[in-house]
Amino acid sequence: MIALKNAWRRNAVAYMFLTPWIVGLIGLSAIPMVASLYFSFTNYDMFTDPQWVGLANYAQMFQDQKWLNSVEVTFKYVFISVPLQLTFALCVALALSKGLKGLRFYRAIYYVPSLFGGSVAVALLWRQLFGGDGLVNRGLAVFGIEGTNWISQPDTALYTLIILAVWQFGAPMIIFLAGLKQIPIELYEAAKIDGAGKFKQFFKITLPLLTPIVLFNLVMQVISAFQAFTPAFIISGGSGGPLDSTLFYTLYLYQKAFTQFQMGYASAMAWLLLAAIAILTALIFLSSKKWVHYQE
Amino acid sequence: MEPNKIPEEEVGPSVAKPLLKTLDPVKNHKPRVKKPRYLTHALIIAIGLIMLYPLLWMVMSSFKENTEIFQSGSFFPKNFTLENYIQGWTGVSGVTFGRFFLNSGIIVTLCIIGNVFACSMAAYAFARLDFAFKKVLFMIMLITLMLPFHVTVIPQYIMFNYLDWINTFIPLTLPKFLATEGFFIFLMVQFMRSIPRELEEAAQIDGCGKIRMYWQLIMPLSVPALITTMIFTFIWTWNDFFSQLLYLSNIKLYTVAVGLRMFVDSMGESSWGALFAMSALSLIPLFVVFIFFQRYIIEGITAGGVKG
Repeated sequence: MIALKNAWRRNAVAYMFLTPWIVGLIGLSAIPMVASLYFSFTNYDMFTDPQWVGLANYAQMFQDQKWLNSVEVTFKYVFISVPLQLTFALCVALALSKGLKGLRFYRAIYYVPSLFGGSVAVALLWRQLFGGDGLVNRGLAVFGIEGTNWISQPDTALYTLIILAVWQFGAPMIIFLAGLKQIPIELYEAAKIDGAGKFKQFFKITLPLLTPIVLFNLVMQVISAFQAFTPAFIISGGSGGPLDSTLFYTLYLYQKAFTQFQMGYASAMAWLLLAAIAILTALIFLSSKKWVHYQE
Repeated sequence: MEPNKIPEEEVGPSVAKPLLKTLDPVKNHKPRVKKPRYLTHALIIAIGLIMLYPLLWMVMSSFKENTEIFQSGSFFPKNFTLENYIQGWTGVSGVTFGRFFLNSGIIVTLCIIGNVFACSMAAYAFARLDFAFKKVLFMIMLITLMLPFHVTVIPQYIMFNYLDWINTFIPLTLPKFLATEGFFIFLMVQFMRSIPRELEEAAQIDGCGKIRMYWQLIMPLSVPALITTMIFTFIWTWNDFFSQLLYLSNIKLYTVAVGLRMFVDSMGESSWGALFAMSALSLIPLFVVFIFFQRYIIEGITAGGVKG
């Protein structure tokens, strides 16, 4: 009896601490997710009751040129920006990790873009930088190259956003730096005695031992790149233009839900986004068995 | 091979460091530093400057006259002026940037309070208490970390709209009081697990209950994790645009982020000077926090892998 009473008491105290979280989990995550799944099978504009349409929203997406385009734009953005960003982060981390003096200062400088990068202010600045009479073109003019308005060209607009993403390599860089610190110096000393050069040391010691961290950074950056919104919204003025060339998936979702009030269609889009992220993350983890080196 | 490296190889690295320090306390020997590498330093500084140049240019331009920004090639302003700041501060349709900053400040403060209390309570339970379904709930918490918010935002919007909470700060702040930011729970659980259990055992013998234990023992010891939480809540909320755009359409409630966007739409691109001035101002709070709490930011990123 007493044991039972104690167990009950123990649970009551713990669940009291968990109350805010559980209320949030149910009210702001679980119920909305169920509702969102239900809406995805309906036509719903918030003013009239939802109408059940089955899988029509999902079927419609694959015939929606704009949707197909937004998928392409988003994949292009993720698959170009994330590898470039991680390569940059790793190169800078390597340069900084060799016992240089002033590491803290350099690390801070390289992190500043990541600190500011997500802000509206920087997105606005980017619009100026790559505009017709922007800073980039004036830089190019010094070398006698005449630039265009990079923001208003459908061929180049997305790349200005990719550059903005790569510019913010600070967070993965800091994680790489922490990982590099964990690699025992003795390994390099042993390699040196065996006559291994810098390149061989990098590919035989540094890179293999760093692969768990590459995996972590890769997963985190892929997940967040899929959800990028602010830069595309600000730089294109909310349109995803020119000619939908910066229409990120999340931006199209926003337009469908909150300017056209097609809540059903937008909910279906959200679920496919979740599916895409889940599948891609799973694929990365599956492939990691082949390339990630775990120390025993 | 330089002389200060020899003892390390003889004694082994763990003993070598304190030994070196006692041998030569003035110079802080770092075993891997070789001769100063000026080329590496120069390269790192040059790349850093190129990276920061747009930001520096924006700050410099904010002190230039509007005609000078695009015409002269000089980096520093020829005629230093505060006109852009004065003009920009007046804001949009009679609402000044002072109001936008105040609104952002209120939202950030509420979010910080919410995250610190709600997340630390949940974290204490996960890190230190024993209860039914603990493993399952912890798994669920980790899963919510990975969920894109798009699968919940539409029903949330409909719900907040139904409750008539659009154009209030409630949709932006209430979720933090319900510990929806799993990342901070995770961060604090990691931290609290590292606090030695002996302290609690001693307190328990003295008849200390779980609530007092949380409030008087765990919370004070978790201050570093709480500071990290506060800093990241600050940065993320300050930079947040999506939800502020979604829930605030009354200009008197606009935050700095939404206000800046409104500002550029209403002024057009003719007054870049004022826009740069307000953009620069909007980044100052982030910069100040970064300067003073850099250590916590670095720790937070390495502890959990933050988006940045």
